[in-house]
Amino acid sequence: MTSTRTFASVQAGEELPKLVIPITVALVAGGAIATRDYFPGHHDPEAARALGSPHIFMNILTTNGLVERFVEGWAGPDCRLATLKIKLGAPNYPGDTLTFTGTVTDRNEAGHSVEVTLRGANSMGAHVTGTVRVKLP
Amino acid sequence: MTDPEWMAAIRALVGKDYGRVYGWDPVNVPMARQWAEIMGVDNPRYAEGKLVPPAMLQVWCMEGPTINHYPPGSTTENPYEALKLIEAHGYPSVVAVNSELEFDRYLAPGEKLYYTTRLDAISEEKSTALGTGFFITLSMTFFSQHAAGDEEVGRLLFRVFKFKPAHAAKPAMGTPVGPPKIKRPAPGISDDTRFFWDGAHAGKLMIQRCKACGTLRHPPGPCCPECYSFEWDALEASGRGTVYSFVVMHYPEVPPFDYPNPIGLIELEEGTRLVAQLVGVKPADVHIGMPVQVEFNQVDVGAPDGNDTIALPQFRPVVG
Repeated sequence: MTSTRTFASVQAGEELPKLVIPITVALVAGGAIATRDYFPGHHDPEAARALGSPHIFMNILTTNGLVERFVEGWAGPDCRLATLKIKLGAPNYPGDTLTFTGTVTDRNEAGHSVEVTLRGANSMGAHVTGTVRVKLP
Repeated sequence: MTDPEWMAAIRALVGKDYGRVYGWDPVNVPMARQWAEIMGVDNPRYAEGKLVPPAMLQVWCMEGPTINHYPPGSTTENPYEALKLIEAHGYPSVVAVNSELEFDRYLAPGEKLYYTTRLDAISEEKSTALGTGFFITLSMTFFSQHAAGDEEVGRLLFRVFKFKPAHAAKPAMGTPVGPPKIKRPAPGISDDTRFFWDGAHAGKLMIQRCKACGTLRHPPGPCCPECYSFEWDALEASGRGTVYSFVVMHYPEVPPFDYPNPIGLIELEEGTRLVAQLVGVKPADVHIGMPVQVEFNQVDVGAPDGNDTIALPQFRPVVG
C-alpha cells in the first residue's frame, strides 16, 4: 500500500484489482475471535456440523473486514470509508477461495466520494455482494 | 401470507427502542492491530495509532464469550427479543441477510462506545429456498461518550431471516470436509434428444430434420409439426447464428453459475432457434442481431460426488 488515489484520478467504470483470499481455519476462527464473535459455528467443527454445516463458517464481521481490505487496498491509506453495505450469500468454508471483484459505479463530485460495487465469490457462488462508498482526497 | 395469531403481540414490538449496550474496552490499538493482522489489512495509518479500522465499529461493543453478558450499566433487555419470541413458535434457524454500516468518522484510541438498538421491521411470513419465516430488521446507532454530550459516530442496519428450515439440518458425520461442489444440473436425455447430446460430444451442433418433408425443428420431438411424420434424421449445423433475443440473469444467484449470466435465444443460419449461454462477452455488450458461433465446453454436471461431464454448446461473439 503506497499512495492514496485522488478523486480526480478515479473514473466511473474503473475496475479494482482482483483480490484472492484462501479461506483457512485460521482465518475463519481467528477472524471470529478478532471480532469478539464466539458463536460456536465459527470456531468449533463439531458445533458447526451439529448445525448442518460441513465445516466452520466465516462470520459477518470478518467478511466486513475483508471487504474493507479489498476497497482500502485499492483506494490507499488516506481514503475514508463512509458506508459498507453488504448482502450475504453462500457461506465461506475452509478449503475454499474467496475472490473479490469490484467496479467504480458512482462518483459524487460534491462529496469527493466514489461508490465501489463489489462481489466476493467462492466455489458455490456469491458469498458477499454490496457497495462501499469511499471518500478520496 | 396472513400473520399467525401469535404474531400480533410480537409485531407490536416494531418501533421499540432498546437501551445502551456498552463496550467492554475502549477503542484501543492492540485489538485493532490484531484485527488488521488476521484480516490482512496493511494500512500503515492504523499502525501509527491515531485511528482504527472503520469496519471494526461493531467489534468494540461485542459481548464476548458469554452470550448476552454485557458490561455494567448496559440494558438488561435483550435487543434480539423479537427473534427469541419468534423462535418459541417453531422457527429455530437464523441467517443474516444484510449488514449495512455507516461511518460518520474514523474512531481514535481511547474513545468509549455504546450503541442503542431499534426494532425497525418484521416482514410478513415469507417462503424462501431456505424455509419459511420472517425477515427482521434491527438498526443500531453507535455513540462515543464525551463529557460535553455523547456523539453519534455510526450506524448499522442488520437484517436476519428467522425461519423453519425447508429441509431439516442433518448433522454431518466424520471429519470436516471441504465445501460441497455444486454442479450444473445434468440434462434429461431421451430417445428424442440423444442425437443432440451425442452430437455435442463429437463437437457437432445437430438439428432434427423431418425425413418426409425436410422441415428442421428444435427443440427435438418425436413428430414433425408440419406434416406429422414420425420419421426423422438430423443434420449438422454450421454453428453460426445471431442473437435473436436474450436475457441477463441477475438474481437470485444459483450456484454454480456466474452472475450476471447472459442467456441467448440463438437463431441459427439454418433457421431453427435454441437457448444457450453466451460466453466471452460482457453482459452489457450483448445485443440483438449479434453474430455468434457455437463452441462446446466440457462442464461437470450432476451429483457433487459424481464424475459426470457433458459437452455443452455455448455461443461466443464472432470477432471482426
